[in-house]
Amino acid sequence: MTEKQMQNLAGRRKKIVLTNIETIPGRRIVEHFGLVSGSTIRAKHLGRDLMASLKNLVGGELKGYTQLLSESRDQATRRMIRQAEDMGANAIVNVRFSTSSVAQGAAELYAYGTAVRVE
Amino acid sequence: MYDLVIILILTALGYFAGSWAEQKHYRSIEKREQAMLKVPVTTMKKIKLPRERIEKACLVTGSAVISVDYFKRLLASLRNIFGGTVASYESLLDRARREALLRMRESAPGASLFLNVRIETSTIGRYSAKRNIASLEAMAYGTAVYLRKKNETHAAPAQP
Repeated sequence: MTEKQMQNLAGRRKKIVLTNIETIPGRRIVEHFGLVSGSTIRAKHLGRDLMASLKNLVGGELKGYTQLLSESRDQATRRMIRQAEDMGANAIVNVRFSTSSVAQGAAELYAYGTAVRVE
Repeated sequence: MYDLVIILILTALGYFAGSWAEQKHYRSIEKREQAMLKVPVTTMKKIKLPRERIEKACLVTGSAVISVDYFKRLLASLRNIFGGTVASYESLLDRARREALLRMRESAPGASLFLNVRIETSTIGRYSAKRNIASLEAMAYGTAVYLRKKNETHAAPAQP
């Protein structure tokens, strides 16, 4: 995800800054709002799955899956950002991602962090 | 008889196409790593940086899904009988992680350093394990810090 995409995620009315460290370098945290999280569960596409099983013979990168997972991760991040916006935060620190497979061929992508307000 | 022929063909295909693809991928990884040698990537959270030089910081991510070829899968299943190091899967993990890390770095072209970089690995879907399809996702994420150049900061305090 490039920085521009990140900004698009954050929306135009408020620019939300995300970091995965405890602070935002160069800024001071003035208020904590607590945990915010976003998740999404995605199942695999049949066509992509077929392509992937073919690609499994020769090895290499499964581009369809890479794209699918990064799209879903974007969505989880967007949901987390929306939650933070509703709280009135302008930054999220300590963002973590986690992936787990919940059902057959479906993966859950989860993003969580602490919503804060910085100067 | 036909089964054996099919298996042999798949193994040969996996061996030749797989090792060709792997070599090509490694060449590209090494070339891109050389190009980005100057930007430090750390797993540390706190580094003393002059406050006035920090322009901005933002989260960056990069991910890659890589699968092994048929030949390597066969080798790995043979390894399951005798135990020991599964060397054929080591390159798979190595490629996935390095690719993810490179994509993360490439997504922030002007960054001066990356803090608290984490790499996460996961297999996709439970059924992939059952069918012995080893495809895994590596995802790297961290905080990109952009610094201003030194001479710019000297100019900055002069302005009221």
